[in-house]
Amino acid sequence: MLNGLGWLKPPRIRGGVHAEERKANTATQAIVSNFPLPKKLYIPLQQHVGKPAEPLIRVGETVLKGQLLAYSQGMISAPVHAPSSGTIVDVNDYPAPHPSALPIRMIVLETDGKDQWLELPEIGDPFQLSPENISLRVGAAGIVGLGGATFPTAVKLNMGRENHIDTLIINGAECEPYLSCDDRQMQERSEQIIDGVRLMLHGMETHHAVVAIEDNKTNAFYAMAAAARHFPAIKVMQIPTRYPMGWDRQLIRYVTGREVPVGCRSSEIGVTIHNVGTAFATHKAIRHGQPLVSRVITVSGGAVGKPMNVEVPLGTLIAELFAFCGVDSTQTARIVMGGPMMGDSLPHTGLPTVKATSGVLALTQAELKSTDEQPCIRCASCLTVCPAGLRPVDMANHIKANQLDAAVDIGLKDCISCGCCSYICPSNIPLVQYFKYASGEVAARQQAQHKSEQTKKLMAARQMRLERIAQQQLEEEQARIAAKKERERLQAEQETAAS
Amino acid sequence: MYVLYAIISLTGLGLLLGLLLGVAGKYLKVESNPVVDEIEALMPGSQCGQCGFPGCRPAAEALAEGTAPATLCPPGGSALAEQIAALLGMELDLKDVQEPEALVARVSESTCTGCTRCFKVCPTDAIVGAPKQIHAVVADACIACKRCVEVCPTECLQMHPIEVTLRNWRWAKPRAAVLGELPC
Repeated sequence: MLNGLGWLKPPRIRGGVHAEERKANTATQAIVSNFPLPKKLYIPLQQHVGKPAEPLIRVGETVLKGQLLAYSQGMISAPVHAPSSGTIVDVNDYPAPHPSALPIRMIVLETDGKDQWLELPEIGDPFQLSPENISLRVGAAGIVGLGGATFPTAVKLNMGRENHIDTLIINGAECEPYLSCDDRQMQERSEQIIDGVRLMLHGMETHHAVVAIEDNKTNAFYAMAAAARHFPAIKVMQIPTRYPMGWDRQLIRYVTGREVPVGCRSSEIGVTIHNVGTAFATHKAIRHGQPLVSRVITVSGGAVGKPMNVEVPLGTLIAELFAFCGVDSTQTARIVMGGPMMGDSLPHTGLPTVKATSGVLALTQAELKSTDEQPCIRCASCLTVCPAGLRPVDMANHIKANQLDAAVDIGLKDCISCGCCSYICPSNIPLVQYFKYASGEVAARQQAQHKSEQTKKLMAARQMRLERIAQQQLEEEQARIAAKKERERLQAEQETAAS
Repeated sequence: MYVLYAIISLTGLGLLLGLLLGVAGKYLKVESNPVVDEIEALMPGSQCGQCGFPGCRPAAEALAEGTAPATLCPPGGSALAEQIAALLGMELDLKDVQEPEALVARVSESTCTGCTRCFKVCPTDAIVGAPKQIHAVVADACIACKRCVEVCPTECLQMHPIEVTLRNWRWAKPRAAVLGELPC
């Protein structure tokens, strides 16, 4: 009866853009699995959100593929495993796969070419294991969110169980242009992914999962639907193709109709999201005992000779990946890790691929947006496309005038840096760049504020100590004077007694 | 005799006025301006004197009276100026505000003699050491007040810019706005 009032409901998709997809040249070919094993692998200790892993191997040790190299420390962390067999040659600072390429601690593994697995444990029926045991094993396998957020999956499973979530959403949106690694995995590994989803459901004690796939990936949809047909708990659905459809809040709103309140986690409203790649890694970890040591990466862009999806060991240098895919370095105007909308541009190719690397793009000048900024023409396109419902142009104007507090007041902290505003802006105003700058600056100010409070505490403590010492000295002085007087008095008494 | 009257009356007057002042001091006490307290709480509190006032409290008093601009505190930078302007409802021009350069003191181990002078003057106890032992600076507690640099007899304490790591790296401001080429 209420269906007639459907138009009164809030729209299920807010904002967003439909960028040219440019996925065809990689989405139509099978995942390449014969990537030559690199001579050296550079494995960062921090490839996840949270605390870096702590190394437990020594330089010179030989390790097998899948052996634990560094264990997770703290509540939110993830361990790191050897992506191949060989010798540890260094544990030191090397440039990180980050726009700054600043150094970060890495383990350097010289491979022996055998790629020999550690003896893997026999696992019976995983559905006989307790849910806690499932998340324990997922955590020990070093699995993190492979969509790019790299939040430790075990923590998410535990949170899902504790919050009694009712829906598990498997994110197969892959809304970023160029990227097709999830698409290919869903086509080629649908059975394993669905098995991973069932294991996740078991681990979270949940009975309902929705696999959401954008409607430009019909092959992936049919493959997944076919793989899931025997499992009524798992529903496979198509969602409109629109960037950023894969943003967790957008996806939750579309699939369940629920809105995640500001400052809340999705698990608080009964939903958890995992990526399809994470589901596959879970399948590998639980069914075969294999930790996360490799991933599928899309290598694409105008400067790539042979664009492809390729499975590479973690820690492979981008330079080797590019050499394999025939990247023309003279044509490359920008190297991007991740998708073109939210990915980070990298200064050079001497950086390793990590768990978060869904794609590496070598873009030509023609593929980049012009950077000559023009004055704002008040077209309000940025307001229309903002999926978070913010006013990008106003925020940018505040930030230009250095009024960061004013920008925070109108929602800077809710900006997800999706880049829709910068993409749509006809005046080429670098809106999202302003927001990234301002977010960093706001964080720095909070730190400064914290330090200032600490400083005041330290100064007060020092003041108290100095006063206490002065007081003590005064008392000692007085005691000394009193003792002296006492001595003199005794002496005088003795003298009078003697005389 | 007249002298005695004079003494008595003046003493009485003195006692009476003293009593009155004492009572007034106790019951008619003027509370300190709460705005001054609020401003002082925002300020760095290192009493560095770079603003031209003898400390953070006098500077806060001048701000509350409106005789000083919100941008007076160099270590606070634009972040503090913005907070003060918001608190006092002042107009703010951030064009000339220089962001403070982040510095930290560091001990050169080859020249430190362990004289203990630096850690005696450090206002935040950020320097640790013992007599005739090499001293060290706890970087997280250092507020770059440079007092240690002034007292160090061997010039082994120097200020260095804080090293950029992945922890404190930030995106730079887009360039066009920095150059001020475009209107807002």
